[in-house]
Amino acid sequence: MSLLVIEGLDLSIHGTPILKGVSLSVSAGQIVGVIGESGSGKSMTAFAAMQLLPYGAECSGRIDLGGREVLTLSEATLCQMRGRDVGMVFQEPMTALNPIKTIGDQVAETILIHERVSRAEAMKRAAEALRRAELPQEKFPLSRYPHELSGGQRQRVVIAMAIALRPKLLIADEPTTALDVTTQAQILTLLKKLVQEEGMGLLLISHDLAVVADMADEIVIMRQGEVVENGPAQWLLRNMQHPYSKALLAASTHQPDRAAEELDDVLLDVCDVVREYTIHRKGIWGGTDTFRAVKGVSFQLRKGESLGLVGESGCGKSTLTRAILGLEDVQGGEIHAFGQPVGRDFPSALRSGIQVVFQDPYSSFNPRWKVTRLVAEPFHLMAQRPDDWRDRVAQVLEDVGIGADAMDRYIHEFSGGQRQRIAIARALILRPEIVILDEAVSALDVSIRAQILDLLAALQQDYGLSYLFISHDLSVVRSITDRVLVMKSGEIVEQGQTDQVFDDPQHEYTKQLIAAAPVLPADVA
Amino acid sequence: MLRYFLKRLLSLGLSLVVASVVIFLALEVVPGDPAAYMLGINAQPDTLAALRDELGLNGSVWARYLGWVGGMLTGDFGTSYTYRTPVAEMIGERLWISLPLALYALTLSTLIAFPAGIWAASKRGSVVDVAVMGVTQLGVAIPNFWFAMLMVLVFAINLRWFSAGGFVGWDAGFWLAMKSLTLPAVALALPQASILARVMRSSLLDTLSEDFIRTARAKGLTKRQALWRHALRNALIPVLTIIGLQFSFLLAGAIIIENVFFLPGLGRLVFQSISARDLIVVESVVMLLVLAVIVVNFAVDMAYAAVDPRLRGRR
Repeated sequence: MSLLVIEGLDLSIHGTPILKGVSLSVSAGQIVGVIGESGSGKSMTAFAAMQLLPYGAECSGRIDLGGREVLTLSEATLCQMRGRDVGMVFQEPMTALNPIKTIGDQVAETILIHERVSRAEAMKRAAEALRRAELPQEKFPLSRYPHELSGGQRQRVVIAMAIALRPKLLIADEPTTALDVTTQAQILTLLKKLVQEEGMGLLLISHDLAVVADMADEIVIMRQGEVVENGPAQWLLRNMQHPYSKALLAASTHQPDRAAEELDDVLLDVCDVVREYTIHRKGIWGGTDTFRAVKGVSFQLRKGESLGLVGESGCGKSTLTRAILGLEDVQGGEIHAFGQPVGRDFPSALRSGIQVVFQDPYSSFNPRWKVTRLVAEPFHLMAQRPDDWRDRVAQVLEDVGIGADAMDRYIHEFSGGQRQRIAIARALILRPEIVILDEAVSALDVSIRAQILDLLAALQQDYGLSYLFISHDLSVVRSITDRVLVMKSGEIVEQGQTDQVFDDPQHEYTKQLIAAAPVLPADVA
Repeated sequence: MLRYFLKRLLSLGLSLVVASVVIFLALEVVPGDPAAYMLGINAQPDTLAALRDELGLNGSVWARYLGWVGGMLTGDFGTSYTYRTPVAEMIGERLWISLPLALYALTLSTLIAFPAGIWAASKRGSVVDVAVMGVTQLGVAIPNFWFAMLMVLVFAINLRWFSAGGFVGWDAGFWLAMKSLTLPAVALALPQASILARVMRSSLLDTLSEDFIRTARAKGLTKRQALWRHALRNALIPVLTIIGLQFSFLLAGAIIIENVFFLPGLGRLVFQSISARDLIVVESVVMLLVLAVIVVNFAVDMAYAAVDPRLRGRR
C-alpha cells in the first residue's frame, strides 16, 4: 500500500513555475531516493507533501497522503497530520532546533501537540523516542540544550522529534549533507534501521548519488522541476536511459584526465608546526587555557605535485591553511615557502607565489566591484602594476573558461560554478606556483564540480602548478591528488601515495573514513 | 549561572569605580570656582578663603575624592552650594517623582509595544502590519514635547480630565499622584513605544524565518503556536537591550517633559545646578544616574541569561 502518492504535481511561487508534473510514490517499508542538483525542485517536492510551502506558492495536481487528498485539506487538518502521520528531518541540524529549549521539551512537544497526555508521560515517551534515535537518556539527559550537542547528535534529536509518534512516513531533506562522513554513515544506518524495524516509508532527498544508491529501493531523478527518470535503484543505476541521468552518473564518478609531472624541488616545507589557541581566561587575573589545533605537523609540497589533505570538521585543516598563508603566527615549528620562512617578514614578491581558492563562491567576492577589479586585485602585491594588466586579466579569464567579455560585469550576474572559475582566475592572475584549494569544489553541484576538476587538472598541466587540495570529500581527493595526508585531531595520522592510502589504509582512522564514505557499486562506477 | 552572575556583579562594581573617578575629574577641570560664584564678584579674599574651606574645596584631589565617595557610601552627599540644604534630601525629593515617572512610562511603552509588534509580525504585509508601521513611524518622528502640548490642549484644557501640569505629591494619595503623572508618562512613552514596537516586529520576523520555526511547523504546530512557543522568547534579546537603554533615558532625559508639565524632577534639578555651578549637586545626580544605568544594565544581563541558556554557561 502506498503511503504517499504524488501525481502530476505542479507548483509555482508567485507565478514562477517550480515543479512541473512531478509524480512519485512511497510505500511502507520502502526508501525512495530523490536525487537532483540545486534548483531541481527536490526539496520543494518534499515541502509540498507536508504543505509547508513558502509564501505565494500554489499547487495543483494530486498529493495523496495515507488515503487523504492533501491539497483539499484545511490548514487545521494539515496541522493535525504533520508530525503525527508524517515526520520530517532537515538538512541543517545546527539551526533546526530551538536554541533555548531543552531537547526533552522539544521532542515531547511533538507528543503534547497531538495527544492529550500529561507532561510527565510526554517526557517519558520523548526519552523513548530519543533512545530509538540512539541518544540514550543515561548519556544524554533530557535537560540538555542543543548547543551542548554535536551536529550528529542534534540530527538525532531532530529524528527523534520526527519519529516520536511513529508516523508511517518520514521525509528527510538532505539529512546528512552538513555532517562529516563518519557521522553521515551513522545517521544513514539509523534511518535505514528505523525503516526496517518500524516499517516506515522514507522519502530521502539528496544531491549525492552514492548516498541514494546505498540506501534507496527506488530512485527518482529530478531536473529543473521535472522527474526525468525513475525506477528500482539497482536496476536504474545500471540501465539509465535519459541523457541527464547518464551525465549525472558520469559526473559523480568523474576522474579528471591528468598525468602527474612531479619534480624534486620542494616549494613548501612545513616542519613540525604547532598552532595553539587561547580558549578562555580563568577569572580576570587567572591563567589561560590553550587548545592545540595543530600538533606538530610536517609535510612537503613539491613542484607540479597535487597533495591532498583530508579530515573531518575540527581536525585543524583550516587552521593549518591559515598558518601556511601566513595569516596567523605559529607557536612551534617552521613553515618555509620557496626557501624563505613564512611570517610577517615574508617578502610580498614571494607571497604572490602562493594563492588560495576558498569554498564559498558567494561570499568571497566584493559585490560592488566589477570582475576586472576583482581578478586584478592581487596585483597590489607587486611593486608596480604591469602595463598590460588588462590583457592579463582577459587572458586568465579565457584560461578558466569565462571569457574576456565578463570583465565589465558584476559578480551577482554569475552562477556558483562561474564564480568559482572567477575565484580560480583571481588566484592564477599572478602566475603563482602554489595554489591552495580549501574545499574549493565542496559547495558545487556534481556536474559543475566535474568541470572545475577538469579545469584544475588542465591548468596544472599547462602552468606546472602545485596544489594543496583540502577537502572532506574523499572521492574528490582521490580523483585529483597524487599524494594524500590524513589529518585527525591536529595530527597527520597517515600519508602516502593517494591510490595506496585508499586501497590499503594502515591507520585505523583512515580505514574508518574510507569505510564510511558512500560509494557507488563497483559495476556502476 | 552563578559564575555569570558574579562576573557581571564584578563588572558592575568596576564600572562604578571608573565612573566615579571620571565624573569627579571632569568636574575638577571645569573652569569656575563655586565659592567665587556664590559670593558674587565683590567678595573679599578672606571671606572667599573661608567659604572655600567650609565647602571642602581646599584639600588634595585625592582626599576630596575619597571624602566624596565615602560620603556617598554613608548617604551623605554633601550640602548644596546654592540652596545650603543637604544634597541627599534634594535628590531624594526629586527621585520620588522621576523614578515613578520613568517606570510608569516604561510600563506603558512595553504594554503598547509588545502587542503592536507581535500583532504586526504575525500578520506581515497585512493592513494591520502597514498600520502599525505607519503609526510607529510617526511616533518615532514626532518629538515628545509636541505630544505633550497636544495632550495638555485636549485632555487638560478642553476635556478637563487632567490638570495641565504640576505634581500633587504622594501625600495626596497614590491614585491622585499617579493621575498627575499620567500625561507626562504617556508623552514620554509614545515615542519609546514606537521604537520598541518596531524592534519587536523586526526581531520577531527574523526569528520566524529561522530553521527551527520550520521544524516546529513540521511537528504540527500552527503558525500561532510556533510564534508564541518558539519565536517570542528567541526574539526578546534585542528587545531587552532597547528596554534597558530606554529606562536610562527616561530617568535622566525627561527634562523637556518635566519643563512642559512643571514637574520638579531630576532632569530639571541637574539643569538648574549646572546653571548655578552647584557642582556638588551635579556630581551627585550624575553619579546616581550612572548607578541607575549600570544597575539596569546588570538587570538586563540577568534577563538575557534567563532567556538564553547559552549565556548561562559562558564564563
